[in-house]
Amino acid sequence: MISNSYFINILRFVLLILVQVLIFNNLNFFGYINPMVYILFLYWYPIREKRALFILLSFLLGLMVDWFSDTMAIHAAATVTIAYLRPMIMRFCFGVNYEFQNFKLTNTTKAQQITFLALLIIVHHLIFFTLEIFSFENTLLILKKVFSIGMATIIICLLLSSLFSVSKE
Amino acid sequence: MQQIINFILRYKNFLLYAFLLGISLIFTIRSQSYHRSKFFNSANWLTGNIYSTTNDITTYFGLGEENRKLVEENKRLRILLFNREKEPLPPLDTTNITYKVFPGHVIKNSYSLPRNYITIDKGSANGLKTDMGVITAQGVLGIVENTSKNFATVQSILNTNSRINAKLKNTNNYGSLVWDAKDYQTVQLRDIERMVTLRIGDTVVTGASSSIFPENIPIGVIKNFDLSNSQSSYNIDIKLFSDMTTVKNVYIIANTQRKEIIELESRTSNDQQ
Repeated sequence: MISNSYFINILRFVLLILVQVLIFNNLNFFGYINPMVYILFLYWYPIREKRALFILLSFLLGLMVDWFSDTMAIHAAATVTIAYLRPMIMRFCFGVNYEFQNFKLTNTTKAQQITFLALLIIVHHLIFFTLEIFSFENTLLILKKVFSIGMATIIICLLLSSLFSVSKE
Repeated sequence: MQQIINFILRYKNFLLYAFLLGISLIFTIRSQSYHRSKFFNSANWLTGNIYSTTNDITTYFGLGEENRKLVEENKRLRILLFNREKEPLPPLDTTNITYKVFPGHVIKNSYSLPRNYITIDKGSANGLKTDMGVITAQGVLGIVENTSKNFATVQSILNTNSRINAKLKNTNNYGSLVWDAKDYQTVQLRDIERMVTLRIGDTVVTGASSSIFPENIPIGVIKNFDLSNSQSSYNIDIKLFSDMTTVKNVYIIANTQRKEIIELESRTSNDQQ
């Protein structure tokens, strides 16, 4: 059972990178909207696994996406930050009961899941576009990008997560 | 000692996070400058091969359009060739020509980021080096930045770090071409002085003071320009000739005299110090 969970996570890691760089990086809705679906890895990752490994994996995930899209290490910085902040975001969304042994993402309400995903994406996008544009003169541009691309990411991620349900875990 | 170990154990997640964040910030900030790290780009064995495999599949859908573009370009070159003034053909000996041209294919394109890089399927094994110019049949595309054995990344003109020497066609008014990251069809020309008269629709081509591109390669036409009273130079918006969203076939230009020019320039600037 444990090896099964490892296998699923490795498969997700590889598939999400490929889907991101080969499909979603080439979408270019309205010329600039490319949803970042690889954040789903952090949404789906088991809660009670070791935290240090999770942070390291998220860093590698971001770094791989960076590697493919020639974006220096911006994806890595944003992803490692939300990986570190994930327990706080979960506590905020699900209250204290996420620390219980029998807590499962599928047992929570739809609204809680969406808030969790949306918070991950908003924090990620804020860091990502701040680093990408790298100047505070363009605060409006950053906010515009966070809002429009964030909406696209949330919609696509919700669609993908309802397609590939996590009920088996 | 005990306390230090306890501290590290208690905050190990935070320390790991801070360490990894530090690494990524260093990578990011260091590569804002002109020379990026040599290994951290999409011109490597793994990403290059994945991109070129998927590109092999997706290019089939655009073959008709690509063929039409190539025939169009051939037609243009034929017209030039047939209408030449009667002058002897250039020697066929290619050992001492100034510009060499290599063909290439785009395997990864990008135009929605502030710093866009394009990956092509030719590398150092094909004779590519850093700072060679890359053009399409329509106009300028960018400059080779990093090469691996079989792949190379090209700094697109749609990159906020890009600076290309450009001029107004048939004049000697030079400026530098930059991009403000707002629109992928429009780039900006800076440093054209205010006494120059401009008209919307004027053509902009590459200038002669670059050792990367030959002179007079088309870039685009002036879309609009403005000049406020306090400025000594124009702000010019240029609409690009090449459609940056659909580039497939590219030409890489190598200036065989570039090394000599660079050496001479650096010696001159050393002498002045």
